[in-house]
Amino acid sequence: MNQQVRTAELSIAAQAAAQKQAGMGGAKVRARDVNVFYGDKQALKNVSVDIPARAVTAFIGPSGCGKSTFLRCMNRMNDTISGARVSGQITIDDEDIYDPRLDVVQLRARVGMVFQKPNPFPKSIYENVAYGPRIHGLASSRADLDEIVMSSLEKAGLLKEVQDRLHESGTGLSGGQQQRLCIARAIAVSPEVILMDEPCSALDPIATAKIEELIDELRENYCIIIVTHSMQQAARVSQRTAFFHLGELIEEGDTDEIFTNPRNRRTQDYITGRYG
Amino acid sequence: MKEHIVRSYEEELALLDRKIAQMGGLAEDALGQAFDALEKRDPRLAEAVIASDKAIDRLQHEIEDQVVTMIARRQPLANDLRHVIGALRIVSDLERIGDLAKNTAKRALAVSQEPYPKPIMSGLRNMVERALRQLKDVLDAYAERNSDLALAVWRDDEQIDAMYNSVFRELLTYMMEDPRNIGLCTHLLFGAKNIERIGDHTTNIAEIVHYLVHGQSITDDRPKGDQTSSTLISRE
Repeated sequence: MNQQVRTAELSIAAQAAAQKQAGMGGAKVRARDVNVFYGDKQALKNVSVDIPARAVTAFIGPSGCGKSTFLRCMNRMNDTISGARVSGQITIDDEDIYDPRLDVVQLRARVGMVFQKPNPFPKSIYENVAYGPRIHGLASSRADLDEIVMSSLEKAGLLKEVQDRLHESGTGLSGGQQQRLCIARAIAVSPEVILMDEPCSALDPIATAKIEELIDELRENYCIIIVTHSMQQAARVSQRTAFFHLGELIEEGDTDEIFTNPRNRRTQDYITGRYG
Repeated sequence: MKEHIVRSYEEELALLDRKIAQMGGLAEDALGQAFDALEKRDPRLAEAVIASDKAIDRLQHEIEDQVVTMIARRQPLANDLRHVIGALRIVSDLERIGDLAKNTAKRALAVSQEPYPKPIMSGLRNMVERALRQLKDVLDAYAERNSDLALAVWRDDEQIDAMYNSVFRELLTYMMEDPRNIGLCTHLLFGAKNIERIGDHTTNIAEIVHYLVHGQSITDDRPKGDQTSSTLISRE
């Protein structure tokens, strides 16, 4: 009897794990032996990881651990830093993003980015969102463009708040609204991956909660990677968590597991606030 | 284990362990003294045990309040999270052990005027000694975060169950021998049942210690020896 009950429990747990895995989709981004150097200094050491397609993956770790460096590898923003050198392989849907034939502008449309400080263009709310689709030629008519702008603002949870003042300046919005405007701008070009580098660190708790709610909705359609210094935020919003330390990926796994029973001692010391 | 950067957090976790050790000590005393009172027919000792249960309950509330505050203020994670949740669960087992000791002390009061047939307490005495040792070991296992010791306690509960089976049969025999023993033996039977329950709470604590240390539940089947639920004395 006991044995039967246990077997049933096990299979429920196995099913839940399988469902979880299936819900996240397969690996969208694969990194293999990625090293990054800034001049002589090695910022990232042999990082290999798979990032699931429909989930939020959080990168955590102390300042200077390489998490933002790794994030910037995924849309080749490190290309713009002189002296930066990247080796190893990163693929998105099995396509090598460091292939010299690849169009970096196209890549950055596929891999959107949201920064720590909201940085809307000094243009109207409408123009902030319309800019990307326009330069990428995603809209064939004014009506098309309107449609993209409205649906992007809607997806970013901002439309209700701004629909009466679409032609006012984006910089006149509150910090939280500006950040959601930046998210709307990022999703207007239909990216597959959205990178977020501490998107809430300049926001109050209510604006933060709205962004977190938005992230949770967006993960059904986008592969989201978020860098955060808040353990609680990583625990709240992500399904997978990766812990970086001194340029190495120390541990990566289900968020539930990392925050209750991490395998690595260094992960545990970091997330519980012990001397590193 | 490295220390927290925030020292007051470290102190709160240490305080939690000290309070649990204190509560565990009170539960041990209550258990031992309740059966001393039963054995020696000492109503004053029994009264003292009943009164001491208040201190156990008070500690439970203190610890629960501290855990709630720590969750709100510290948002503990990983081993710290298991630490505070483990504490919350252990205190409810210790509180139940205190209650069962108190219940036994009340029975000691009820039977303090009854004449005892000589050997009637020996089986019960062995059970109590065993349960006390298990409780002491599990509290040590908690204090030292010693999962091997916890696992040993968890496995040894079977022996308390076996002792309970034999005490059960023994008391039934006394009752059949002389119906005047029925009142006394019924109380002793509940006393034995209380020890058996205390053994179960002790194994719960052992499971919690294992979880604290490893982050995983014990996966084996625990051997169970209590057969009294299906025991009858057949008429021959």
